[in-house]
Amino acid sequence: MRTDERTILVVEDEAPILRFLRSALQAEGLIVVEAVNGRSALELAASRKPDMVLLDLMLPDMDGIDVLKRLRRWTAAPVIILSAKGQESDKIAGLDAGADDYLTKPFGVAELLARIRVAFRHAERKPEDPPPIHEHEGLKVDLAARRVWVRKKEVHLSPLQYDLLAVLVRNAGRVVGHKQLIKEVWHEAGEASPESVRICVHQLRHRIESDPVRPRHIKTESGVGYRLEAPGD
Amino acid sequence: MDKSRPSPETFLAEARQAESRQNRGRLKIFLGAAPGVGKTYSMLQSARGKKAEEVDVLVGLAETHGRVETEALLQGLDILPRKSVEHRGIKLQEFDLDGALSRKPGLILVDELAHSNAPGCRHAKRWQDVVELLDRGFDVYTTLNVQHLESLKDVVAQVTGVRVHESVPDSVLERAEVELVDLPPEELLERLQEGKVYFHETAARAADNFFKISNLTALRELALRVTAEGVGAQVESQRRRQAPQTIWPISERLLVCVGPGPNSARLIRAAKRMAAGLRAEWIAVFIENQRQSLSDRARAGAVENLRLAERLGAETLTLSARDVVEGTLDLARQRNVTKIIVGKTERPRWLDLLSGSIVDELIRKSGEIDVYVIRGEAGAASPSAGAFSPKPVSWSEYGLALAAVAACTGLCFAIFPFVQLINLVMAYLLVTLLVAARGHRGPAVLASVLGILCFDFYFVPPRFSFNVADTQYGITFLAMLAAAVIISHLTVRIRTQAELAGLGEMRTAAMHALSRRLASTRGIENIFAVSLRHIAEVFDSELISLMPDQDGRLTERASSGQKRDLDEKERSVAQWVFDLGQSAGLGTQTLPVVDALYIPLIGAEGPVGVLRVQPNARERLLIPDQMLLLESFAHQLALALEVDRLQDNAKQSQLNAEKERLRSSLLSSVSHDLRTPLAAIIGSASSLLQGGSSVQGKDRELLENIQEEGERLSRLVHNLIETTRLTSGTVQLRKEPYPIEELVGSSLDRLEKLLAGRKVAADIPEDLPLVPLDSVLLEQVFINLLENAARHTPAGIAVDIAARTEQGAMLVEVSDRGPGLAADELERIFEKFYHAKSSSAGAGLGLAICRAIIDAHGGRIWAENRPGGGAVFRFTLPLPAGSAGGTHAHG
Repeated sequence: MRTDERTILVVEDEAPILRFLRSALQAEGLIVVEAVNGRSALELAASRKPDMVLLDLMLPDMDGIDVLKRLRRWTAAPVIILSAKGQESDKIAGLDAGADDYLTKPFGVAELLARIRVAFRHAERKPEDPPPIHEHEGLKVDLAARRVWVRKKEVHLSPLQYDLLAVLVRNAGRVVGHKQLIKEVWHEAGEASPESVRICVHQLRHRIESDPVRPRHIKTESGVGYRLEAPGD
Repeated sequence: MDKSRPSPETFLAEARQAESRQNRGRLKIFLGAAPGVGKTYSMLQSARGKKAEEVDVLVGLAETHGRVETEALLQGLDILPRKSVEHRGIKLQEFDLDGALSRKPGLILVDELAHSNAPGCRHAKRWQDVVELLDRGFDVYTTLNVQHLESLKDVVAQVTGVRVHESVPDSVLERAEVELVDLPPEELLERLQEGKVYFHETAARAADNFFKISNLTALRELALRVTAEGVGAQVESQRRRQAPQTIWPISERLLVCVGPGPNSARLIRAAKRMAAGLRAEWIAVFIENQRQSLSDRARAGAVENLRLAERLGAETLTLSARDVVEGTLDLARQRNVTKIIVGKTERPRWLDLLSGSIVDELIRKSGEIDVYVIRGEAGAASPSAGAFSPKPVSWSEYGLALAAVAACTGLCFAIFPFVQLINLVMAYLLVTLLVAARGHRGPAVLASVLGILCFDFYFVPPRFSFNVADTQYGITFLAMLAAAVIISHLTVRIRTQAELAGLGEMRTAAMHALSRRLASTRGIENIFAVSLRHIAEVFDSELISLMPDQDGRLTERASSGQKRDLDEKERSVAQWVFDLGQSAGLGTQTLPVVDALYIPLIGAEGPVGVLRVQPNARERLLIPDQMLLLESFAHQLALALEVDRLQDNAKQSQLNAEKERLRSSLLSSVSHDLRTPLAAIIGSASSLLQGGSSVQGKDRELLENIQEEGERLSRLVHNLIETTRLTSGTVQLRKEPYPIEELVGSSLDRLEKLLAGRKVAADIPEDLPLVPLDSVLLEQVFINLLENAARHTPAGIAVDIAARTEQGAMLVEVSDRGPGLAADELERIFEKFYHAKSSSAGAGLGLAICRAIIDAHGGRIWAENRPGGGAVFRFTLPLPAGSAGGTHAHG
């Protein structure tokens, strides 16, 4: 996927990190706008209208989550959160506040670029587009036909397992939090809990993964949710 | 019959009993009708049975009296050496309570519950030793003859004519399981004739009278009855526990009116029997008549009687009322008493006719309440009452009366020629009144009688003779006498009431003063200083207060006089008082021979310390009123200390929270400062490596090296920070049920690069139950264990992961086929910063973190060497009870 001529706002107060992000993103052909604190981030977001925001949660003047909430009042541009390890609750709060994805520091550039591509792809899909056919490493899901194949062999899933897989497919490559899964699969019927989600994922893995202990499709984002691996570009 | 559910009080009492049943020891009493029925034998047999069940049985004391069969039973049992106590040159062998306590047996045998200990032992009676053993949680077997039961003393004395001096309170029996050791009287007499029954020498004299078929039969009946009542009570309490829905009759409630005299003891025992028979609660009350003053001696007698009632299981009360009958009935109605028990009055009938009998009045006014009148009988005077005597009227008062009458007679001679005879009467009356106003009836009556005689002899015609010409003077004489008696009586009453009020006021003032001073005092030292000074003043005593230090050992914290160190014995008394929360020493039942009183300082949350009171005049402290006052002082002091401690705690926890906040903000800033450069290094290196860039060959290898080592350093930093966080004890686990498989998957994913080139086999059954755990922390455990395996084994060596349920827990293994561990390393590798000998790699934190996390989950982690080479790390995580449901149970 081409990322040329798109603007990305990087909100990060640490200069060394900003420096490598700048070079990596520019090498991808993105126009990089930099902000070193929350206030300038909000101003730049308003004036430059970036196509995407990379947001560090630890800012000198404001809580990153607050910046995110203010951004979400008027823009739907994808936001990827940068946070440290051990801050799972921040990540969950970020996803709940409308972030599209997150990256745990330290991260490699390959990982960063993959997330950015996924986020752009989701942002640019229009609601009227037909649902895509997901195909990755032997797993094929046709959302329009509600059919699933594993290594060319059709697999029949229970309605709940299928619904869960469908949500993951629609967000392929992106993290989906426990809360979102409960909301979209169980429609908040009240009987679902993170426990039900985990049991359902467990069963689903045993249907579609060749080695459920080392899943290749449904990856666990510890303490946050799950991510369906998507084909890279 | 009127029926209702059990009252809330009953439930509460049951609940309390159940609670105390759990941490108190169990008591079993082998009850016999007479010596020689084989109680010790049965006890030992029963104990052997327990020993066969692997109970740790200790023979604390067993009197075999040289009987061969009994001694044979002692074979193979653990026997506690007796303590030798010297008393007046005689060495006595006593039960060694401290020895028994330090031995910590599962079951201890203590023969002859009614025994009186030699002076110098901790308790005066052996049953107190047993109660202490029970309170400290040890099970006890003991033996008892029925005539030693407190409530049966009188009955036994009546039946057998032998008065028993050693007795055991019924309350001890009530908490025990009773096993009757029965032998028909004929067989017992046979054994007696064969010489198989042993007596103390003193008892031998009585034995001839005692061992008669009639006596033995009566005692046997008593023993059977006691056992049956005990079984009945147990059955009832069992039934109450098991079927609370059954309807229960309203329980009877008894009220017994106790007086100061020794005959009230009999009354109390009778009430106890009646209450036991009716399964009723009972209250013993001493009502002090406001119109009558009581000597200290009498009050002490009454308190002694109330103590007896308390020992027998009564609730005791002291009231003060203007009218004894009204006071009794008011109390009875307030507490829903159904039966009142009073003693027969022993005063002459004419007095009843004159002022009305209290008993008659009570019966007349009692209405729906039954009144039982029981004969009073003189018994042994209570021993401690002897310490006090009523204030005697000094002889000088009589002298004064004499002198006043003489002076009056002189005066009358002087004025006789000038005044009418009737005015002389007035003069004598005035003298009588003046003497009576001093408040002593004797001198007043004396003055009155003397005055009448002098007036009659010297002035009434015919003069200088006791003959009276006019009988009208008889009226004068009677009026004078009556006036003297009435006025002296009134004066005495007013004075006594004033004294009583004054005493009460003094007490209230002293309490008030202490509480006012304590209210404005902060800090333990100051509280002690203020209250010890105050209490020392009021009670004229030397005070030392003790509180437990960090190790729980009592140490002197403050004293009212000069500092003085307690010796080992005094300290052990204090420790005992602190542990059991009971007063001991001077004026109490425990260790009354020591020269100071030890009072526990009991706050709302248990004992906080001990107060040692050494009075300068010991008699003063022995007055029950003073003891009560002292106890309330101690209580107030304890509460003040407790409040102070709570305030301290609140301050401390506020401080801790502050410290914690500081620590966590420091931690997060350190972590940020360390991680940011690493993130920049890793990011930059990866940026250069990105997308098949121009960097190739050696340079690419170096860049990869930078990135990998940066990642490793990042993990180390994370471990370091995580260790600090975990060991500060502030980590809150977010436990949720998780499949183990998922955690293994995500950690393998994270270590993909590190484990490259190794075969990782996972044996995790699909249907394992979910485990409640903190997923982020547990993932760390897997990562650290896998990283540990990867770092300490040569490249290419396989790592195995397995999980299964075992004994209600999840058991997880991470094993390798590497070099394994040295035996002395198996435990040490879990220590912080420990480096495995076999390798120089690793910061020695990973496994310490694993241990901290697993410990926090209530599990266990350990390392073993694998048969066939290699190391295996195992950890367990507790599963919730009944969590058989696997991942297939839902959805």
